[in-house]
Amino acid sequence: MKIRNRKSAEGESRAVEKRTAKDHVIDAVICLIFGLFTVACIFPFYYIFINTISDNTLVSTGRVNIVPVGIHFSNYVNVLSLKELPRAGGLSLARTVLGTCFTIICASFPAYCFSREEYWHKKIFYRMVVITMYFSAGVIPVFLTYKTLRIYDTFWVYILPCCVTPFNLILVKTYMESLPPSLEESAEIDGAGYLTRFTRIVMPLCKPILATIAVFSAVGQWNNWMDTVLYTRSKSLQTLQYVLYRYLKEANTLAEIARDNPEVMQEMDPATMLSPLTIKYTICIVTIVPILVVYPFFQKYFVKGMMIGAVKG
Amino acid sequence: MSGSGIQKKKSPRERAGFRLFLLSLPFLIGIFIFSYLPLAGWAYSFFNYKPGKNLFDCEFVGWKWFAAPFNNPVLRKQFIRVMKNTLAINLLYMATMILPMIFAMFLMEIRSKWYRKLVQTLTTIPNFISWVLVYAAFFSLLSTDGLLNSLLLKSGSISNPVNFLMDTSHMWLKMLGYHLWKGLGWGAIIYISAITSIDSEIYEAAAIDGAGRFQKMWYITTPHLIPTFFVMFILQIGNIINNGIDQYLVFSNAMNQDYIEVLDLYVYRYGLQQGNISYATAVGMWKSLVSVILVLIANTLSRKIRGSSIF
Repeated sequence: MKIRNRKSAEGESRAVEKRTAKDHVIDAVICLIFGLFTVACIFPFYYIFINTISDNTLVSTGRVNIVPVGIHFSNYVNVLSLKELPRAGGLSLARTVLGTCFTIICASFPAYCFSREEYWHKKIFYRMVVITMYFSAGVIPVFLTYKTLRIYDTFWVYILPCCVTPFNLILVKTYMESLPPSLEESAEIDGAGYLTRFTRIVMPLCKPILATIAVFSAVGQWNNWMDTVLYTRSKSLQTLQYVLYRYLKEANTLAEIARDNPEVMQEMDPATMLSPLTIKYTICIVTIVPILVVYPFFQKYFVKGMMIGAVKG
Repeated sequence: MSGSGIQKKKSPRERAGFRLFLLSLPFLIGIFIFSYLPLAGWAYSFFNYKPGKNLFDCEFVGWKWFAAPFNNPVLRKQFIRVMKNTLAINLLYMATMILPMIFAMFLMEIRSKWYRKLVQTLTTIPNFISWVLVYAAFFSLLSTDGLLNSLLLKSGSISNPVNFLMDTSHMWLKMLGYHLWKGLGWGAIIYISAITSIDSEIYEAAAIDGAGRFQKMWYITTPHLIPTFFVMFILQIGNIINNGIDQYLVFSNAMNQDYIEVLDLYVYRYGLQQGNISYATAVGMWKSLVSVILVLIANTLSRKIRGSSIF
């Protein structure tokens, strides 16, 4: 686009210069349509946000639509002091951090092993790993397996299944094979073993691809709530996403919350008193903020991840 | 593996290779446990399994559960309904797969670079939030306490709040709408990068020949993007009976079951909620079988038409 504009300024290409009124109208229409779709993507969250910081009496009568009124932040203070919230948040954070680390380890080290030609029966084992991409036993057999392994209804059900990421493994292996072999060879001659060579030489060189995988896996871990639905039962294992799901779907959670948290419910001022609606909205914002904070910084990794994914098919 | 006698004859290279194998062994065991071991769970579909009992104390029923969706009239009715939902929703998704491409083509027509970037960034955000948050977003707009209701009440169009999320009409189209809201911006990214890689001289040549904006889009951009679109489309064929559970679970309620229950959700409800493990496993196996066949068909198609297979 830029190039064409510049050329027209130099008078090289006459055709581009002819921007008629019709062109401008079409441009305006395109911009407008995209603007509307963009607003549609963002507005719900803005709407939820202004409803969490506005006067709760106005919120309950649906009078906060475009701008916040009577700004206060006591909803956040109150919701975060509900008994299950800090726990759920901590659990979400723990599974995100641990799950991501585990994914990185399970994608990078085996990828290094498989990138070496001398691997014992490399073809057979590599195929056995890759082929797991194309089949799945299904929800019920997996559930039964977790029960048998006794990781059903434990924290490990969020972390351990991350070791199966053949797709990431292929990405890292391909990346490692594109590195110049001479780097590793010199270390090999100096007598460094596989582990040293991996941690000191290969892994630092793979930072770009590992960062991409880490970002994707972290978002996936934070967002995952289906495994809470399928493979856990106890309340103490509910993550932030699942707590939000429960509050959104269950009609009378307030009575339950009031029973569990008498001290929070003593708040009598109607402008700051929690209602089922404000609780839902506030948890929603608490859940989405980490994604929104992280997203702009890591957007290039997301786009890169999409591109590698597309190339690999 | 065993016997140091064999080890002794091996060259240093082979020994090193075996050491590598041992180093990666914990990972291989993990793969075995989480990918291959669950396959043993398929055995449950051949028994009349009751939760809490030992599998081998249960009655062996052979292929009964596999035939059940076709023989048992009640299950057959359910199965037909579920398959109808699954296929209808997925065909709608496939029919709209061209939209990200159109989105990208028109987005690149915007001249202001910062506006383009802004649109691209904000429209991809919904892809990175969970379906629970998507539900929360639509809940804030459509529920009885939501924005739409408060606006309609204020304008006097309705006198009592209506819960639009409970409404069961056009369920398939609504699921398509949610799907597009979440995925359209993200889906466009791959086409955007394809467009930026098109040689700008082609456009200049076309401009000199007097091609207008839409002619350029139709005769230059579209042919460049079709191969990418085609790959995505073929990959989708392999997924035509996979929906995942999340989207359908969050949006389902007591009213809309008949229109929203897709195969994955059906398996979950039968197996984990109602405890009919054997039947649910059998249905899941049917699904796996058909999926594998579809992937193979897609791969063959791709090889025939594009000359290269997907995997």
